[in-house]
Amino acid sequence: MSEHLLEVNQLKTHFKTETGQVTAVDGISFHIDEGETLGVVGESGCGKSVTSESILRLLNERKGNTTYEGEINYRGKDLLNVSMKEMRKIRGNEISMIFQDAMSSLNPVYTVGNQIMETIILHQNLSKKEAEQKAIDMLALTGIPSPEKRIHEYPHELSGGMKQRVMIAQALSCRPNLLIADEPTTALDVTIQSQILDLMEDLKKEYDMGIMFITHDLGVVAEICTRVIVMYLGQIVEEATVKDLFDQPLHPYTKGLIKSIPQLDGERKKDLFVIKGKVPTLNDVPKGCRFASRCSFSTDKCVEEEPPTFEHTPEHKVKCWHYKEILEKEGADFGKERTTTASH
Amino acid sequence: MEKKEPLLQVTNLKKHFPIKNSFGFTKNHVKAVDGISFELYEGETFCLVGESGCGKSTAGRTILRLTEPTEGEVIYEGKNIVDYNPKEMLNIRKKMQMMFQDPFSSLNPRKRIGTILEEPLDIHGIGKPKERTDIVMDLLNRLGFQADQYYRYPYEFSGGQRQRIGLARALIMNPDLIICDEPVSALDVSIQSQILNLLREIQDEFNLTYLFISHDLSVVRHIGDRIGVMYLGKIVETGPTDQIFQDPKHPYTKALLSAIPSPNPHRKRERIELNGEIPSPIDPPTGCAFHTRCPFAMDICKKETPKNLEVESEQFVACHLYTEEGAKEKEMTNA
Repeated sequence: MSEHLLEVNQLKTHFKTETGQVTAVDGISFHIDEGETLGVVGESGCGKSVTSESILRLLNERKGNTTYEGEINYRGKDLLNVSMKEMRKIRGNEISMIFQDAMSSLNPVYTVGNQIMETIILHQNLSKKEAEQKAIDMLALTGIPSPEKRIHEYPHELSGGMKQRVMIAQALSCRPNLLIADEPTTALDVTIQSQILDLMEDLKKEYDMGIMFITHDLGVVAEICTRVIVMYLGQIVEEATVKDLFDQPLHPYTKGLIKSIPQLDGERKKDLFVIKGKVPTLNDVPKGCRFASRCSFSTDKCVEEEPPTFEHTPEHKVKCWHYKEILEKEGADFGKERTTTASH
Repeated sequence: MEKKEPLLQVTNLKKHFPIKNSFGFTKNHVKAVDGISFELYEGETFCLVGESGCGKSTAGRTILRLTEPTEGEVIYEGKNIVDYNPKEMLNIRKKMQMMFQDPFSSLNPRKRIGTILEEPLDIHGIGKPKERTDIVMDLLNRLGFQADQYYRYPYEFSGGQRQRIGLARALIMNPDLIICDEPVSALDVSIQSQILNLLREIQDEFNLTYLFISHDLSVVRHIGDRIGVMYLGKIVETGPTDQIFQDPKHPYTKALLSAIPSPNPHRKRERIELNGEIPSPIDPPTGCAFHTRCPFAMDICKKETPKNLEVESEQFVACHLYTEEGAKEKEMTNA
């Protein structure tokens, strides 16, 4: 028995497509503890959303459209083996999810109060009246002014930030142990984003829940995550604490990502770092290291053999053959470069 | 920058969209752009930043007269182009081009890339068909495409490539000015850096002036020479990029800058929390539009619209914290 809240072991998610089977998530392992925020970073198509949807079994499993391998252990249960009936009890109750697009995730023909109450009535033995009170409390908790009026409004009457708050209220209404947030602030403006991030941080402390925070924004990761996994083409290439990830990234892909964003304290009008080439498609996954074709350190070994996950420290893991040599060659400079630019 | 003639001067530009009731009578207006003024100098990158709904995209479109301005002047090379008839406008559009945000919906899916890029040449009657093909091929080559991609359709390209095609389409007429409307916000970070680098290279090579519209402040800081911060249809602060980032004057600019998440876990920033959300542009607050969310709001802010003042060299701020009237009130409350 593990003591982690959620432990994913060698998870593989396969999709049936016209061109044959595609493996969108290919053997990933990670864990989330209570009270921590795990960031999942990667570019579009790297499998970060599929990972979260696999955990909640939201993908279409009929006719073998989606098949899984591996284990997702949640409190002694393997979520990949439970029945759909049992899964429905877990969803929204013990594990809930916030989606990226609040505009389209709320049902336009029901009032927001109705939608929050639906979750509460489904999972908790409450009357309609009590559920309504609870919905009002939840909305108040997320900082929506005059919640007793707002619950009678329809999603189109609310702004983007408000809708995202409704989504959060809905997701948290049953006090989940694990919250999966799939790009919850991507569609929002920075000032609203910072309000929502603060709110999530406060609620995490209050509820002592684990959060899996999926994003492509490294700034947001630095802001609210405790640990981070970096995904590339369906695999985890690096896992580290936030501090390690930004101070001493080990995988060339992570380094590339960090270097390619314009820094707020970096030099202006300088050429930004570009990761050459493009992400290969899932239909044509490279044999060796998946990043080899775009990596400036790649050798024949990288092209031929898939690297295992090395443990640099118990908390810092990397899937790269040459991370040690690269670290010796330029690792020290990476940290230096960033601190000198930061002092400008 | 030494004083010189601006390439483009926008004065008190307004765009109000009418809202009609069910009988077709105008009952109100959405004041998307509500009196903005700024200058663009040759060879510079001027950025308009702001949150969604602040009118920055409408401003860009109105300058090109893709939507007709309600009021105001757009002076290009000494002439007000708002008065131009369609034929004169056609000539001006050669010089002013636009690059759009969404690389997926801004290219016609049924046309080949070559056809899309040749269309502007055709419209302006430049060259014979064969020569046009050569011009397009040259440009594609310059932007890193292979010759055979001339015959491809948009769906065969990735987001970053499409955005390069969008840039090629803007460049094909050899313009002086390109209005870039959120050109990188739909792209992944690694692709975003490619496009940003390309935009800078091309700027030097073609001697371009950019009006760069974006909500992403780190991108703006990277690429902009000067920036204008928009809030609810108005520009609240303009100035050189470095100056604004180091010493923002307007409370909204301060809050906006403090809200950017920094990819540096060691730096705990002091956030200026803004309460509430942007008011509706249908019925913007009286006086200073920001007073409903401003932590320093005074009585005068509710009554009078602050004038645009040069607080530091080339840094203009519209805020009562810096006006005489505001200073008077501060004194009174202190006393």
